[in-house]
Amino acid sequence: MDTFVQQLINGLTIGSIYALIALGYTMVYGILRLINFAHGDIYMVGAYAGFILATSLGFASDPSAFGFVVTLVGAMAIAAAIGMAIERFAYRPVRKFSKMTTLITAIGMSLLIEYLFVFFFSGTPRSFPQLLPNDNITLFGNATISTSQILIFVVSILLMVLLQYIIYKTKIGKAMRAVSFNINSAKLMGINTDFVIAFTFALGSALAAAGGVLTAQYNPKIEPLMGIITGLKAFVAAVLGGIGNIPGAVLGGLLIGAAETLVVGYGSYIGIPSTYRDAVAFAILILVLLLRPAGLLGSNVQEKV
Amino acid sequence: MSSWVKNLIVGIVIVAVLYVVNAMLSSSGFFGLGVDDYQGRLLAFIAINIILATSLNLINGFTGQFSIGHAGFMAVGAYSSAYFTVNYGKALESSFAFMGEIGAASVVLLIAIVIGALVAALAGLIVGIPSLRLKGDYLAIVTLGFAEIIRIVILNIDAVGGATGYQVPGYANFLWIGIFAVITVVVIHNIVKSDTGRALISIREDELAAEAMGVNTTRYKVTSFVIGSAFAGIAGVLFAHYNKFLSTNDFQFIRSFEIIIMIVIGGMGSMTGAILGAIVVTLLPEILRQLPGIQIGDSVFQVADLRLVIFALILILTMILRPQGILGTREFGLSWLKRPRKDSEGDEGDATDKGVPIAQQSEAKKMQSEEDKK
Repeated sequence: MDTFVQQLINGLTIGSIYALIALGYTMVYGILRLINFAHGDIYMVGAYAGFILATSLGFASDPSAFGFVVTLVGAMAIAAAIGMAIERFAYRPVRKFSKMTTLITAIGMSLLIEYLFVFFFSGTPRSFPQLLPNDNITLFGNATISTSQILIFVVSILLMVLLQYIIYKTKIGKAMRAVSFNINSAKLMGINTDFVIAFTFALGSALAAAGGVLTAQYNPKIEPLMGIITGLKAFVAAVLGGIGNIPGAVLGGLLIGAAETLVVGYGSYIGIPSTYRDAVAFAILILVLLLRPAGLLGSNVQEKV
Repeated sequence: MSSWVKNLIVGIVIVAVLYVVNAMLSSSGFFGLGVDDYQGRLLAFIAINIILATSLNLINGFTGQFSIGHAGFMAVGAYSSAYFTVNYGKALESSFAFMGEIGAASVVLLIAIVIGALVAALAGLIVGIPSLRLKGDYLAIVTLGFAEIIRIVILNIDAVGGATGYQVPGYANFLWIGIFAVITVVVIHNIVKSDTGRALISIREDELAAEAMGVNTTRYKVTSFVIGSAFAGIAGVLFAHYNKFLSTNDFQFIRSFEIIIMIVIGGMGSMTGAILGAIVVTLLPEILRQLPGIQIGDSVFQVADLRLVIFALILILTMILRPQGILGTREFGLSWLKRPRKDSEGDEGDATDKGVPIAQQSEAKKMQSEEDKK
């Protein structure tokens, strides 16, 4: 029982990170019907931005809660700016073209970011400084939760609540919902769709960057290609929950994270070795899509003839 | 001259040319006209990529089914045939020893190719039947997922080396790779020009309309997927037996993306486009690798270190400036020599306007352009 609780805590920790990244995928897909393959790399950019901020501003040698907040917010702001720049210079020119073209542009963008970072920071992993003290708190029995895990839960829940507030209670959120419902009608109603799309990219990128900084507090090794697999799994999480659906992305992220750690912990009992860890997300995805093509919370859209 | 005689002659000429090129690739050279091993490898990889690109083009370009898991089927073909040659290759070679060393090796390779193609086709069938019910992005994600699962499963099979990689005997040479590249192009060209090909293209243009016209869309989609997978398997077999070493890292999803990039850069739904794309995508990083360094002060800045960044930039710029790819859906060939000049201009317009009364044509065009804006 203790180990099960422990596995579940670890799974939900990773799951919260997946959820934060999945939110960006799902919002962009909801509005542009674009699989933004570069989004996983924004998560990496966020981690690096945090790393640079923390080391250059001296928070690394003098850890404090203030330093952490500055690093987190700074990394989110930098990533938001980069996300908007990507949208403006790469995606906007190809928006009207076919799906294949936009997809290849996104793949190209992903490669560009990865190899620019490999070029400037080299491929060797770096160690992210510990900005907050990391202690293990014993819950009951042998199950423990570390403060960095608590931090991940608290910050991601705060950000998700904030996102929910932005989308459902503010004017720009209303505009986002209108654009995702029908971009042309939204334009006719006087909504500046270009601005709304840019804002969506900024929002999604900021969340992914927060995920990057939080992960780096939990697992301090950062490298330029860290966004590939994490991004792919977060994307799977978004599709699993029903792409374009915001609560779905969170649910999908938590499910994938939990399933992954449970397979590592218990898979050997049912004949799945722990090396299948990375296949679990895809297997779940395929099963769900075949049984419920719109995802867990997605609504089935009827095709008009 | 009857057509099969013509085809036979063309075939013999192609094989002869490939034979000469192959001879030139050997270290001794062909009458002293050899090229070095590096260029030889590049040529072989171009030919393998042509097989991959044309076969994926059948699925993505002609049938319009968004598959981004082609490397998975390549891996299936590579590993299944490699398992065969590693375990039974030597024995088979000795039982075919009467055909000489080269003959026996060729027989083993051909059997390996049949095995690789069949196993990959089976994998294509197993993946295709459930997933082809999905459309667009969802199909893309599922094929990507299947390819990753295939890779991870192979990674966990110790009999084929697992994570340490797999040593494979080198039965394939450029001659065989070239011959199979030509066979792939011819077979897929013929499929596209056949009744089946028309059905596939009708599915790409409008699946609902195709179904209404009596095209069994599920059957044709699965057929196209299985044929594409089989050829990807063949590419895998050739890759395995040319490279002599297999690692699951060669079949990560970035490999699938590379194949997609080839067909999109060349032009979706164009045979020659896929071939051109395969050549460009294989050669471009190698050309960029040879860029000279720039002297800045005392240090030399190696531009070649930025080759992957430049590659990505070229990719993005191509999509922005020429979204339909280099050739679009057109074919590159010698037909423009025969055609009178004025025809080449209004080509596209004529094709779409056929069968529409003139009065409605402008109306249809207007709707089309509005459709495009969405």
